[in-house]
Amino acid sequence: MSEKLTNRAVAVDRKPMTFLESIYLWNIMKGMGITISHLFKKKPTINFPEQTRSFSKVFRGLHVLNRDAEGRENCTACGLCAVACPAEAITMEAAERLPGEEDLYREEKYAAKYEINMLRCIFCGLCEEACPKDAIYLSQTFAPANYGRKGFIYKKEELLIPHPINEKEAYEKAVGDRATKK
Amino acid sequence: MYFLTIDWWFIIGKAILIAAIIGLSFFIAMYTTYAERKVAAWLQDRRGPNRAGPFGILQPLADGGKLFFKEEIIPLASNRLLFVLGPALAMVTALVTSSVIPWAAPFVTKGGEVFPMQVADVDMGILLVFSIVSVGVYGIMIGGWASNNKFSLLAAIRGASQMVSYELPMGLALIAVLFVTGSLKMSAIVGYQIENGWNVLFQPLGFIIFFVCALAECNRTPFDLPEAENELNFGYHQEYSSMKLGFYLFAEYINMFISSAIMATLYFGGYDIPFVNEASWGLSSFWMTFISFSVLMAKISFFIFVFLWIRWTIPRFRYDQLMNLGWKKLIPLALVNMLITAAVILYLKK
Repeated sequence: MSEKLTNRAVAVDRKPMTFLESIYLWNIMKGMGITISHLFKKKPTINFPEQTRSFSKVFRGLHVLNRDAEGRENCTACGLCAVACPAEAITMEAAERLPGEEDLYREEKYAAKYEINMLRCIFCGLCEEACPKDAIYLSQTFAPANYGRKGFIYKKEELLIPHPINEKEAYEKAVGDRATKK
Repeated sequence: MYFLTIDWWFIIGKAILIAAIIGLSFFIAMYTTYAERKVAAWLQDRRGPNRAGPFGILQPLADGGKLFFKEEIIPLASNRLLFVLGPALAMVTALVTSSVIPWAAPFVTKGGEVFPMQVADVDMGILLVFSIVSVGVYGIMIGGWASNNKFSLLAAIRGASQMVSYELPMGLALIAVLFVTGSLKMSAIVGYQIENGWNVLFQPLGFIIFFVCALAECNRTPFDLPEAENELNFGYHQEYSSMKLGFYLFAEYINMFISSAIMATLYFGGYDIPFVNEASWGLSSFWMTFISFSVLMAKISFFIFVFLWIRWTIPRFRYDQLMNLGWKKLIPLALVNMLITAAVILYLKK
């Protein structure tokens, strides 16, 4: 026999079946043995709404707009995330901070409107990479199902993280155990 | 007056029994659909329906309710009368076969009256079942033909030829059983097995042949050619919708239940409790009836499980394989089995 790539090829048995083989009984019983053994195997399925799969700390899920420790919005509406976005999912409108709004926005400029279209987003995380202010990051949850396309365009209110002082518990839950930048 | 001599209690008792058995058939058929999905899931490492009620046990109710609310379509080019007759015939023949099966040990009242747990203990019991099953082919044939659809027609022809082919080895396997028990009466067959041991011990080959043919008669995998989804697009019930489709599907599951009951009765001692002498327990007649009925149901459940188990193990036969197996393998085997049985009985009687 000439040299083959792996030498593991097996010739197909083309002998005509004997009478016992041709009533298939033994082979069918062997198959039934295999299927019945699966009855006792552990099922890999997760009962989704009740149980959820845990994601890794660096999972790239739904976006969150960050606040600093005093609860002021980090975002300055510089637009770098929108530029970096390969799917063009991010739109924003900038506005100037007025006197008296210092406890709302960290810097003089902020995003009056900030929208991410979750149907366009490919969850690559380039917005997070591009952000110079640590204002946007990707969390460990994913966008839930919705009835219409409009529901997938997430407004600033849906993206903002809860206030760390006023809504401490919700804030900590939102932060979770995600990996933070060192 | 002759009219007054009718035993009304007898008629009322039978009517109750008939209602109970039909109700039971529907109930079992409903939950066989659930079991089918659950067993399929388990054998494939899935969970199966588990949303409707605890463990999904309300799933069959939801499915049935859905079928009732579906739009009913009768194709314009179809034969209206036969189109409606098809599923009705399939359902009726499926239900009628249950009439001769002895469901439990006879119930004896305190007055000493014996009330058999059987709708009709006719002398030709098992032959009656066979004749009704043969009529069952018409349900498929009429439905497939009346749909005026090529797929349905092909499926109906396939179904008819398959059922005719597999009735032969089934009948031959049965003849060997009748040699052993010496009676066509279902109650006598069960009585013989209670005295002398189960028929499957004397007729193992006959049982296997009977079982394979029962699969074919019920149109179950690997013999589900009449409703081959991927080649015939659901076969003879392709044009059916709503509860007419439900009737066809239900009739299939009732057939499964009845053929399991017949196999248990013919080969596995019917309502006989294995390994024990129940007469020595001294239980009241009510409890004896109840326990023997439960034992029969356990046997039936086991057979139904095997039906499902086979379905989720092996693929469908090709048409030529089906015919080869029926005519060239099972009929000779059944004939040999019959001859050997006859010879042995002749030898022992001498």
